[in-house]
Amino acid sequence: MKKLTKAGLLLLVAVLVLSTVCGITAAAPKKLIKVGIVNLPPEESGYRQANVEDMNKVFSKANGYDAKQTNTADNSEQIAAARGYIRDGVDYLLISAANATGWDDVLQSAKRAGVKVILFDRLIDTAASNYEAALVSDMQYEGQLATDWVLKNVPKPIKLVLIRGQLGSAAEIGRSAPVLKAAKEGKLTIVADGTGGDTWSLEEARKVVEAAIAANKDFNVIYAQNDGMAQGAVQALEAAGISHGKNGKVKIIGFDFNRFALRNVQAGYWDADVQCNPRQASQIDQWIKSGKIPKGIVYQKEMILTTDTITDADIEKYGINADPGKGVITR
Amino acid sequence: MPRLKAHFDRLSHLFLPLSVLVILIIINLIKGADYFRITMVNGAFYGNIPNILFGASELVILAIGMTLVTAASRGQDISIGENGAIASAIFVQYVLNAGEVTLWTILAGFLISCVAGIIIGAFNGALVSFFKVQPMVATLILFLGGRSIAFIIDGKVSPILANEISNRIGTVIPGVPIQTPIILTVVFIALVAVVLKTTNLRLYVEAVGINPSAARLNGINPKKIIFLTFLIMGVCAAVAGFIAVNKAGRHDSVNLLKFIMMDAILAVAIGGNSLGGGKFSITGSIIGAYTIEMLNRTLLRLEVEPEAIKAFKAVFIIILMVIASPVVRVFARKVLDKAKTIVAGYSVRKTVGLNKAVLSTTDTSARKKEE
Repeated sequence: MKKLTKAGLLLLVAVLVLSTVCGITAAAPKKLIKVGIVNLPPEESGYRQANVEDMNKVFSKANGYDAKQTNTADNSEQIAAARGYIRDGVDYLLISAANATGWDDVLQSAKRAGVKVILFDRLIDTAASNYEAALVSDMQYEGQLATDWVLKNVPKPIKLVLIRGQLGSAAEIGRSAPVLKAAKEGKLTIVADGTGGDTWSLEEARKVVEAAIAANKDFNVIYAQNDGMAQGAVQALEAAGISHGKNGKVKIIGFDFNRFALRNVQAGYWDADVQCNPRQASQIDQWIKSGKIPKGIVYQKEMILTTDTITDADIEKYGINADPGKGVITR
Repeated sequence: MPRLKAHFDRLSHLFLPLSVLVILIIINLIKGADYFRITMVNGAFYGNIPNILFGASELVILAIGMTLVTAASRGQDISIGENGAIASAIFVQYVLNAGEVTLWTILAGFLISCVAGIIIGAFNGALVSFFKVQPMVATLILFLGGRSIAFIIDGKVSPILANEISNRIGTVIPGVPIQTPIILTVVFIALVAVVLKTTNLRLYVEAVGINPSAARLNGINPKKIIFLTFLIMGVCAAVAGFIAVNKAGRHDSVNLLKFIMMDAILAVAIGGNSLGGGKFSITGSIIGAYTIEMLNRTLLRLEVEPEAIKAFKAVFIIILMVIASPVVRVFARKVLDKAKTIVAGYSVRKTVGLNKAVLSTTDTSARKKEE
């Protein structure tokens, strides 16, 4: 009996070794670029889902990559995964960090091992020499796009309701700064300043606008720092019978390019939406393939779409999340 | 008189939630006297009070379930938001795949989501009652994993629920002056009231919560009762999810009912219920839930800086709880009693004195007449 098990084990080992050897020989003809991707989990948000999907699409075998991906919101797990990839001897390490701190050691060991690090979507607090390049969204630029639109398109005097995201988050700080600056310079008045809380939630945004209405505040634009909160704000206006959108009293602007939001903009139910681009992969792919990786932080090109400029192609190409279909308003 | 006193004693557990509510109303009235003003907008009532009733609907329903779970299992279910997110994700998928949306599709989807909620409740309940896992630990599993499940059911996007019926469930039905979520909440509360009146559920739950061993000796199976409360919680979560998703018009698995368990537990506590189980008051929890909603809106009404709003909420709750706590209540009663005796003594003397004065004036007037 013992002999039999031993023989069985030996056979198993032999098969395993053979199969791996075969696997290596089979993979050898195509030389794949080895990439380790450390990212956040797709269920974090619609933004992240689009981001992860894009990474999977671009860094595929068909595209010449041997990519491994770790998706976790836990910083220490992310760091462990990054160490694993360095040990595996990847050529490139792509990181979107859960926390901006604690990465110095890993990045330095990557450097020693000759692994090129590219940060995407989120920056890390570390010396610029610890990574090759970083491709991120400039939240302040997004805020500036929106603020410029408000200053140009909302009838004066501009009375604005500001609905912030999670206070202290990069997106909130960046998207608030240009509005606060414009208010300080006297170009517009902020009549109500509230937040959707830690969850950027529709319900909280709705309450902020309901409170402003209850206090008889007069306003003609709502600046909501994501699409969900803009939706909540509009629900409050609808319930109070206040007109909004293209021919309405209150102008609505949101962020993030959710397809439902873009459809609302298209229908004139809202007025404008600002992009926050989750698709960094093709740009990074281009850098790697051409061998020309820039140094330091690179900001993505982002844009604003309004009821007058938006097209179906834009919604298809740049939008994230589910598309309700042309002409369908999400109330 | 004694009957009236007994009636008051029965209502004494509502002292805490009601006094908190009254304090908030006073603060709001000081801020602006038009607090209770209600107008008609597009054929529906509009104003601060309708807004509160509308906004608190999910919280009220969840607070009811949380009260029962707390009373029987002596612990809390922290996965209610996730449960609601999963159940409503199933509802949305059913409706989106059903083709043409009629009232029956919505109803069928709702019933299916309730079944889903019950299954999730059964999972939590089995862990707590049969495997004796602490409620918070048992429900932590779903709290951590639930949103991923909902996300996968959603097909990794946030599906849109843009049909007319859903919109009406989330806002108003034309011709009905009250917003639909408020009506649904009232119906749900009525159902719960009927169940509690016609069954022995209250007695069994309280018996198990006060002393499981004693309950068992009296022929009540604590495991079954605890399991049952989690099933009821599952239904509550599914109903709350249904209302929330119809309000939102799309299923956002990440944010739907997020962190609502905190407010639900707080509602149970403000409702004068012990978080250690035992006797419970659903009425108290319902008032507690509306109180929390009112508190959230009061802070916005007072225009507290958004950065400070969380801290203000915490401070408010502490102050309110202290003011309404039994210690202060006993102290207040003592002070009141003392005041009463002083006033009583004073008024007795005063009435006696008055009578004399009246007598003397009548005397003099009588004498004057004689003259």
